[in-house]
Amino acid sequence: MLITRGFKGKERNRGAARDRVPPGQYVTPDFPVLSAGPTPRTSLEEWSFGLRQAGRMVAEWRWTDFEKLPQTEVTVDIHCVTKWSKLDTRWRGVTFDDLLGAAGLDAPPTSFVMAHCDGGYTTNAPVADLAQDRAMIATHYEDLPIPPSHGGPARLLVPHLYFWKSAKWVRWLDFIEQDQAGFWESLGYHNYGDPWREQRYEGDP
Amino acid sequence: MTEDVVPLDGNAAAGPLAALFAVEPTTIMITCEGCGREGALATLKLYGGAMGLILRCPECDTANLRFADAGTRVTVDLRGSTRLTLHGTEA
Amino acid sequence: MTPKHLPWRVATVAAAKRESVRAKAILLDVPGWPGHLAGQHLDLRLTAEDSYQAQRSYSISSAPDGRPQLEITVERVDDGEVSPFLLDELRGGDRIELRGPIGGYFTWMPGDGGPLLLVGGGSGVAPLMAIVRARTRSGDRTPVRLLYSARTVDQLLYRAELDTLAEAGDGFELIYALTRGAPDGWTGEQGRIGREMLAARGFPPEDRPRIFVCGPTPFVEACADALVALGHEGGWIKTERFGPTGDVK
Repeated sequence: MLITRGFKGKERNRGAARDRVPPGQYVTPDFPVLSAGPTPRTSLEEWSFGLRQAGRMVAEWRWTDFEKLPQTEVTVDIHCVTKWSKLDTRWRGVTFDDLLGAAGLDAPPTSFVMAHCDGGYTTNAPVADLAQDRAMIATHYEDLPIPPSHGGPARLLVPHLYFWKSAKWVRWLDFIEQDQAGFWESLGYHNYGDPWREQRYEGDP
Repeated sequence: MTEDVVPLDGNAAAGPLAALFAVEPTTIMITCEGCGREGALATLKLYGGAMGLILRCPECDTANLRFADAGTRVTVDLRGSTRLTLHGTEA
Repeated sequence: MTPKHLPWRVATVAAAKRESVRAKAILLDVPGWPGHLAGQHLDLRLTAEDSYQAQRSYSISSAPDGRPQLEITVERVDDGEVSPFLLDELRGGDRIELRGPIGGYFTWMPGDGGPLLLVGGGSGVAPLMAIVRARTRSGDRTPVRLLYSARTVDQLLYRAELDTLAEAGDGFELIYALTRGAPDGWTGEQGRIGREMLAARGFPPEDRPRIFVCGPTPFVEACADALVALGHEGGWIKTERFGPTGDVK
């Protein structure tokens, strides 16, 4: 690997807030857009979000009903496996806990979830990583509706894991008995994805 | 912030795909499982950016080839293709 | 993962020549270069002192000539990460990593036949320039029409060379199309390349031209759709889309 004389690259502020930047990451002021496919364009009229289990819908909300659910605002740092981190991002949406509550579920019915999205994207996570205020279905970023390029109308937000887990264009969460690999997990990315242990790829400890 | 993803094509995937194919990949003919289209890998739409290569059928958007490079390992998923055809000269 | 058949090589910058107000042609010495075909590209890899890396693809704009030397043409991307470095910082003698040649679909060799219709948008003219230069170098007389779109006259690449070739009268025809205004006395086309211009200035479908279209994705798709609508056979139209890759890895 040859160091290219004079090449600095894009702005990446690794000096600031080092304790907030996981290993191998750099801080960017940008918000890069990355997608595995074309941007879905789902209107709010067509949109619905659901919780499913064993092939049936346990709870489902259309947009206006979804917006009436308890709303939570969070400010979080996000970390992409492609090495950029963005600090202090502000989101609004409905927490996983509040979704369970609205669905009349005292407890999650299984230990794992697969998120399913418009365009076919999927990602998996343990329920323990979604519950206790660790995740939400976000509809707003910096006080504005999330634009389609960033996952709108709604995306899953699980900021303590690498950002590919924060699935864009999410339409339902499927409660599954056994963990299954989602889209990127099936292609050799880490099944869990903790940025602080640098779990980027399958096989990383 | 509202900039959208504009895909490139299979030509741009040829460098990274060298880890998978010993032959030049852009002229490989791919038959799409979604709609049956057969076309050169160069004509597929390329998504995935720095995460990996997701090559999709330009007719129906089915992912025909998915590829990710983890440094010391590459993973490829060809589930969306029913056939790959390579043309060459007889040995 | 780097396979043995496409290794990273170290190239040395031999020269840089301004080609337009926004672009330079950079000449690279590449020991061990295996040669290339017109239309192929290479990947550049840049590494900062903290090991941060960026990779970009560039078409080889020079014709194959048997020497371990090649040219890439770099156009400025505003707020870009790599092009400002290549245009403003890179000096003769600097070393840079690249791999190639890459590609096989979007290539043309003398003897492949024609007539040839080359349609380029902006820096998309770079691989087409390799084709034009390969044709000239070999003495091939295949009729060629280059329909080349740029925003303004000062953004046209290779202007002097193309004008000279067009005057030579050996079957090379040149049509410039400016999309954002033309100087007084402009005799070229104005406006976007589309169905009308392709019908008026391209080869008719009955000539069965081999067609190469290169440029930003929207440009390529609009031109390819227009060519098909005019009756050109889809299989004879080869396309290469340029644009931000988000570091295709």
